[in-house]
Amino acid sequence: MADQPTALERFVQGILPENPVYRQLLGLCPTLAVTNNMVSAVTMACSVAFVLLCANVVISLIRNLLKPHLRIVIFTLTIATFVTIADRVLAAYLYQMSKALGPYIPLIIVNCLIICRCEVCASRQSVVTAASDAIGQSIGFGLALASIAAVREILGTGMFFNIQVLPVAWPDWVIMVLPPGAFLTLGLLLGLVNFVEQKRAGRKG
Amino acid sequence: MEKWSRLRNSNLFQAWLVLLLSLVFGMSLASVEIALKPRIQANKIKETMEKIPGVVLGSDRAQAMQTAGEALDIEPMTVEAGGTFYRVYRTAFDDNTLAGFVVKASAQGYADKIELLVGFDAHVKRITGVFVLDQKETPGLGNKIVEEQWLDQFEGRSLSSPLVVVKTRAEKDHEIDAVSGATISSRCVTGIVNQTVEDLRNKLMVKKQQESNAANEKGGNGHG
Repeated sequence: MADQPTALERFVQGILPENPVYRQLLGLCPTLAVTNNMVSAVTMACSVAFVLLCANVVISLIRNLLKPHLRIVIFTLTIATFVTIADRVLAAYLYQMSKALGPYIPLIIVNCLIICRCEVCASRQSVVTAASDAIGQSIGFGLALASIAAVREILGTGMFFNIQVLPVAWPDWVIMVLPPGAFLTLGLLLGLVNFVEQKRAGRKG
Repeated sequence: MEKWSRLRNSNLFQAWLVLLLSLVFGMSLASVEIALKPRIQANKIKETMEKIPGVVLGSDRAQAMQTAGEALDIEPMTVEAGGTFYRVYRTAFDDNTLAGFVVKASAQGYADKIELLVGFDAHVKRITGVFVLDQKETPGLGNKIVEEQWLDQFEGRSLSSPLVVVKTRAEKDHEIDAVSGATISSRCVTGIVNQTVEDLRNKLMVKKQQESNAANEKGGNGHG
């Protein structure tokens, strides 16, 4: 196990070098679907963070009991449980948000990001490493959602967190809050991140 | 000894962790549900109460009333019709004149149950509005049934003939434009509205009649 990354490495990797959205292209369903305003993007990022952290910790605790052919069942079971808890808590305390996000909260169950972290990290490494991996990946996921949502909300409605930031005369680019805007923004930002990354790698080499 | 190794290799034994976790997770989900259910239901009731004025008066008038500091008097009751029990809210202005009825109705949609509020005017002749309380239709297609732009079509429709969903532009009085790409969801909503109208039209008419009779008897001398 000497070649496994340490807790700190896992944490840092999640934020940019292995950013779930920009580098691994995982969890794109919510990335495209709920990023037309900042509030829902942040709510989604927090829900994913909660589920990812809990699932990683639980899987890491029971990692020595896992049977290879039954591990996926256990991952799914664990993830589904925490997603359901997140869904109920949102319905109880943030009812309007829970209605706005609708089926996307239950759909976190099939977010590949979480099952990927369980498989890659939590089922092999200690609880501390798994937790810091979850936090790092969650921050990376949150930053990715927030960056897309910021572009879409500002250009699409002239607002940021529902507060007017562009002059009222701004002609709202409605397409940015509609589904095509999600693809356009994701594509452009993805290109930008890769471009910057390449530049950096080029300088180093 | 051989028995033991057979047991160890059996599928059921290998799955002990799955079974145990299912039990533990199941119990924790049950306790979460028990703990949060009252709150979630209170949220739903609160939303229903907030939406009723808009459904029965139209959002503009409801807004105007709210800014004027007035509120509709909402009285919930249960009405049985066609084998189902409907939650009906009778709404009235400050002087107790009837503003209309709002009915909570639900049925299977494309993905899951759709729950609606359907408003009836004080004469039980027209629909005053429809609001979607709960739905889990396909994101991006079916879930557009919650948009005001689409639901506004129902406002002012006559109760005399059932509404029909059309895919091309609706022209006749009883035609409703489908949400494009979501004909089934649109039909489900319209179907719930039709069913509610069919089940409750006469019952609400009777209620309204009773009320106006009672009012006439009480204030009969003054107004004739």
